[in-house]
Amino acid sequence: MLEIRDLQAGIEGKEILKGLSLSVPCGEVHAIMGPNGAGKSTLSYVLAGRPGYAVSQGSVTLDGKDLLALSPEERAAAGVFLAFQYPVEIAGVTNMNFLKTALNAVRRARGEGELDAMQMLKLLRGKAKDIGMSEDMLKRAVNVGFSGGEKKRNEVLQMAVLEPRLCVLDETDSGLDIDALRVVAEGVNALRSPDRSMLVITHYQRLLDYIKPDRVHVLAAGRIERSGGPELALELEEKGYGEVKKGRLA
Amino acid sequence: MGAEVVSPSKIDESLISEPYKYGFVTDIETETAPKGLSEETVRYISAKKNEPEWLLQKRLEAYRAWLAMTPPDWAKVSFPPIDYQDAHYYAAPKKKEGPKSLDEVDPELLKTYEKLGIPLREQEILAGVTPSVAVDAVFDSVSVATTYKKVLQEKGVIFCSLSEAIHDHPDLVKKYLGSVVPAHDNFYAALNAAVFTEGSFVYVPKGVRCPMELSTYFRINAANTGQFERTLIIADDGAYVSYLEGCTAPKRDEHQLHAAVVELVAHDRAEIKYATVQNWYPGDENGVGGIYNFVTKRGLCRGVASKISWTQVETGSAITWKYPSCVLQGDGSVGAFYSVAITNNCQQADTGTKMIHLGKNTRSTIISKGISAGRSQATYRGLVKIARTAHGARNKTQCDSLLIGDQCGAHTFPTIEQRDPTARVEHEATTSKVSEEQLFYCQQRGLSAEDAMALIVNGFCREVMQELPMEFAVEAQKLIGLSLEGSVG
Ligand SMILES: Nc1ncnc2c1ncn2[C@@H]1O[C@H](COP(=O)(O)OP(=O)(O)OP(=O)(O)O)[C@@H](O)[C@H]1O
Ligand SMILES: [Mg+2]
Repeated sequence: MLEIRDLQAGIEGKEILKGLSLSVPCGEVHAIMGPNGAGKSTLSYVLAGRPGYAVSQGSVTLDGKDLLALSPEERAAAGVFLAFQYPVEIAGVTNMNFLKTALNAVRRARGEGELDAMQMLKLLRGKAKDIGMSEDMLKRAVNVGFSGGEKKRNEVLQMAVLEPRLCVLDETDSGLDIDALRVVAEGVNALRSPDRSMLVITHYQRLLDYIKPDRVHVLAAGRIERSGGPELALELEEKGYGEVKKGRLA
Repeated sequence: MGAEVVSPSKIDESLISEPYKYGFVTDIETETAPKGLSEETVRYISAKKNEPEWLLQKRLEAYRAWLAMTPPDWAKVSFPPIDYQDAHYYAAPKKKEGPKSLDEVDPELLKTYEKLGIPLREQEILAGVTPSVAVDAVFDSVSVATTYKKVLQEKGVIFCSLSEAIHDHPDLVKKYLGSVVPAHDNFYAALNAAVFTEGSFVYVPKGVRCPMELSTYFRINAANTGQFERTLIIADDGAYVSYLEGCTAPKRDEHQLHAAVVELVAHDRAEIKYATVQNWYPGDENGVGGIYNFVTKRGLCRGVASKISWTQVETGSAITWKYPSCVLQGDGSVGAFYSVAITNNCQQADTGTKMIHLGKNTRSTIISKGISAGRSQATYRGLVKIARTAHGARNKTQCDSLLIGDQCGAHTFPTIEQRDPTARVEHEATTSKVSEEQLFYCQQRGLSAEDAMALIVNGFCREVMQELPMEFAVEAQKLIGLSLEGSVG
């Protein structure tokens, strides 16, 4: 489903991704691990089309469609969802209104017709409940004054509402307490489906205990250095990136 | 995935490709005063309106006062001097007699208001259900229709054009006209007092809560014509009224002057809420054409515990010069100013308020949200004055500016004059930018860049928008989106 070939991309003239290739088949969950500054968030931004990130070479397709040719909102409509490492605050816009505007925008773009106020309210209440978020949070301004964990939970709520085809989760587990981690992971697991793929960026094996990945990749220095099954994450936890990298070279 | 992907921005194209959708001209025969301003002109207007002698004398006094005055030069706006002899001061759609009922209103005019989305046809009143809005429609220099007069009359509420009020309620008009904004107040107020042509009049008697929103809709249609309307609203003891003013004008390459005066009087425990959605033609993206909106609005909280609030959403006009104010005379009276001013392209806005605390324990709140985009300049100018008599007065001012792009400017000039040490005055000001990060976050969730900007800006204005009557809040939100057209990307 997601095909990344020889991707080279950077920001402000600095090359960060240096020939990255990766394919995530339909229905699979792939984990991406790698040291700080390796380019994991950069990859997520390039997939989502963040302005300022320039692609100098390579291709990215989703279901054969050229993602790089689409605007960020067209990618969202095509089903790309990015759970941000650092979710953004929007003062004065309630979570409810934000979700409503976003869902109706993608529904329009997908030719599905908008939901009316009642349908929307019902849907949002249900989804918030699933992810263990109080209705109170729906009435507050988007991420304003949210704790770190609440922000991450809010990302998963948005993901559940927008029903994307490709979920990219950038360190959604960072900053979560043990219980929140479980709830969020359950939320993510509930979204696993044969026609949805996920790219889970994380530093911790702990998350992968809850969200069992089909494949694990190590991203270092702008490239996929190694790929393997779930056991690769355990190996990383034990030996660290340096050792694993050596192991590959040996 | 299957479903075809359509760019959301394409769907809105119809809306966005026409940033000022009120720019059409109504083809209607008009009767116009000869160009130029003189005693003759003043007499012509007064005669056209069949006015009593006392009013003509008031006009002439104002005209003579105006001759000796100079335009204010302290505002942060710039424009070439206006040639006051090069405009018409009266324009009216030709008709035989004033329309007695809606059926007699020129169909061409009814169509115009339909196009503008203003309901001039009364809906049938169902048992027990009162319609929510009554409208007075002013087209160039005359009022063409006022709806739901009967329903209002049953409650004793007078809602009509000022010209009608001059004839039907001369005592009220004589008593209050010019009592809050005297002719010599300032250059534009004097000009208005000399040549005002139309406006709305509202009187809510003692103890009456006006059963619906009252609304006046101003439309400039004729070319080279100034609009000088004058509105007078009086709420007697314990009365309540909520009023909304809307305005649009056709696209024209010349600047047109709009110098209005609004006076509000609130007696003991009365409350007046005055809201404006100002959408005069702002000129094109190079600053050609557009309305000069030089307006004096003032409310007098005359009685104890009376309340006046001004809520304004200013998106139009080439230049805005406007400071809706409250004179808090009655003890315990309350004034409020809630403002959103958006400038884009070459627009200039110098707007704010004055809160004059005279009575004891008077309170005032100021919330101003300025948004500048393009090469525009937005200025907040405010005065909070606490007189020696205003023991225990309170004011809270919050001024926020939002910048879009890096070629625009936002300026804040708050002045505080405090004569009573027991008063408490608080002032807060912030300036921020719409961040690339916020826009991207919204776009990642499926919003087009334009919709993302509109959402963020509406969020920024929320505290003010929630003060608008429900009926108009949605319109105003859309208007904010439209007026930011071209500011992204
Ligand atoms: N605007 C920028 N200008 C220059 N360099 C940048 C910019 N943004 C990111 N970088 C650099 O790109 C590299 C990759 O950053 P990225 O955020 O993708 O790392 P990451 O793998 O997500 O790290 P972490 O695990 O800490 O989140 C880093 O060296 C970073 O400093
Ligand atoms: Mg990162």
